[in-house]
Amino acid sequence: MAKPKVAFFDFTCCEGCQIEFTNYGDPVFLELLNHVDVVEFREAMSEKTTEPIDVAFIEGSFSREADRPRLEEIRKRAKIVIAYGQCASTAGINALKNHTADYKKFVYGKDSEMPHLDSQKVLGIDKVIKVDYYAYGCPVNKYEVLQIVSHLLHGKEPVIPNYPVCVECKRQETICRYDVGDYCLGQTARAGCGAPCPADGIPCEACRGFVDKPNHDALVKVLSKRAGMPKGWAEDKSRMFTANQRGDAK
Amino acid sequence: MSKTISIAVHHLTRVEGHGNIEVDVKNGKILKCEWQVPEAPRFFEAMVRGRHYSEVARITSRICGICSIGHTLASLKATEAALGIQVTPQTFKLRELMKHAENFDSHVLHVYFLAAPDFLGAPSVFPLVATHGTVVARALRLKRIAHEWGSLIAGRTTHPTKAVPGGFASLPTVKELVELKEKMLAAVPDLEETLKTIKALAPAIPAFNRPTEYMALHCKDGYALYDGEIQTVLPDGDKKIYKVSDYRKCTNEFMTAVSTAKFTKNRMDSYAAGALARFNNNYDQLLPAAKKVAAELGLKAICTNPYMNTVAQVVEIVESFHQSLAIVEEFIKTGLKDEPLVKPTKYSKGAGATEVPRGILFHEYEYDKDGMCLGGNCIIPTNQNHANIQKDFEALVPKLLEEGVDEKKMELRLEMLVRAYDPCISCSTHFLDVKFIR
Repeated sequence: MAKPKVAFFDFTCCEGCQIEFTNYGDPVFLELLNHVDVVEFREAMSEKTTEPIDVAFIEGSFSREADRPRLEEIRKRAKIVIAYGQCASTAGINALKNHTADYKKFVYGKDSEMPHLDSQKVLGIDKVIKVDYYAYGCPVNKYEVLQIVSHLLHGKEPVIPNYPVCVECKRQETICRYDVGDYCLGQTARAGCGAPCPADGIPCEACRGFVDKPNHDALVKVLSKRAGMPKGWAEDKSRMFTANQRGDAK
Repeated sequence: MSKTISIAVHHLTRVEGHGNIEVDVKNGKILKCEWQVPEAPRFFEAMVRGRHYSEVARITSRICGICSIGHTLASLKATEAALGIQVTPQTFKLRELMKHAENFDSHVLHVYFLAAPDFLGAPSVFPLVATHGTVVARALRLKRIAHEWGSLIAGRTTHPTKAVPGGFASLPTVKELVELKEKMLAAVPDLEETLKTIKALAPAIPAFNRPTEYMALHCKDGYALYDGEIQTVLPDGDKKIYKVSDYRKCTNEFMTAVSTAKFTKNRMDSYAAGALARFNNNYDQLLPAAKKVAAELGLKAICTNPYMNTVAQVVEIVESFHQSLAIVEEFIKTGLKDEPLVKPTKYSKGAGATEVPRGILFHEYEYDKDGMCLGGNCIIPTNQNHANIQKDFEALVPKLLEEGVDEKKMELRLEMLVRAYDPCISCSTHFLDVKFIR
């Protein structure tokens, strides 16, 4: 049987999730190549194809209308589309400016109306094309990516957690950030990372986005009541990685 | 000479981010010769407004996936300058260690995965798995070690977590550092083989010299990467030092009449940043092992061939390796102590600079009395190299026409030139664009 054809594509993002793909080390990376055929990956290779592909990993957000045809073209020739990383999944950090109107002027001043600086409300790619699976995270958890690929190779449905990061902290007996006087977004953040940040003494910032039905009101309450966060900050807190998953996202 | 050449490389491959090359030659006359950057703008400087100082580096690290350690550190330094925070010597050393990890990591990626295929006549590293399997496996091993080394200190290499304003959220244990040292020592043969591989490829590096100004951090204590003052060196060896807080005075962003891009310049029409710029500024301070590699690869300061940036990266791989090994050994001897994060002493405006793999990086922020960010400014290395790449194009295209190379060869040489700069275009926090063609 021919190896499935896999391709990587990038839109508005930092391309760090592509870099994660090079961090497996030689045994894992080379073994992976025994099972899939990488046919396009602009950041790492010059080869390009217009042929049908089995799995398209799409990295980055949809931030300008000009990118729509390219997304549609990829969808047309891909059997499976995976939103690769948080920018592609929910627009992640790129959505942090969505609630503001003056961002262009602030950064580019008098040149802000130039056409190539076009940037609209930033969205996940599933607002443009159908997405089959999501590899969440900023950056992706490269081992979860392996799991997803492995499941697909075996004809199984990948299992993506839809429970909060708190579950993973409890499981490994990490001391709650609130108990040491810090704040944390773990109670509404999507797990699957193994909760390394609270274990390292850092709050979870929900870089994998929220679970499907986050109780955002409760989050704001806990941030202000338990962590003593000033009201404005508590309310704005979740704009960092989850702006598009807030109730007030337009 | 009657020659017609039309090159339109849309979304150049094997570089970070999106760049275009356009060259138009009709009857031997150059009508157009441009390096363009159509990267989607992301407005980071506006995004940090209203965010707490503890969040700012977490946001700006997302500017770039390859140099996210560098963006984190430049951001922390700027924030700490604004907040009157002086970090401890231990924090300083640990940050140096993570900075070297990034430098090593990114240079391995560039030398092996992005640049080398051109020299081996391959479109990418993937076909090399079959033809040069041992080389690819070695590259992956070195990449993995840098990833583990950076992750141990920084939490992870893509968007680090542990480095925070005032210090570190958690520290590596001595046991982990001993394991790291063992892994690093086990990589020595791979480093030696790297040198052999590059030595074999080096004769194929195009000869092309264009004297320009080189900017890098300079530190009296050794070859600078994490910290130092701004220094530039002219082709005649004349050096000048600037304070980091005066970074706007030597970057001088400006607009040109022929292009819509914001360029930077200082004492000459353009300047270069990156491994070669650091090498040209600070060659004397390289460790003996790195100097030896430079000599073996025929790299001498001041080198004005931009293609040699890749060779300078190999020299820096060795420099970062040995500087780091010394830091690791020192920590194994002295141990690490838990230190509380240094607290802010004021809320004002401050700038920070560090060297990322692609060159000198500046961040600047201002904070209100509650520690919330009022705004920021980032000047990234690729932005600074932009004008220099354009000037190189303008010098190289006529030279290639004179040599009578065909369209395909010219395209490859221009692509290789851009790749040699190892541009990192996602860092599009600023006005990076030349001319947009859709």
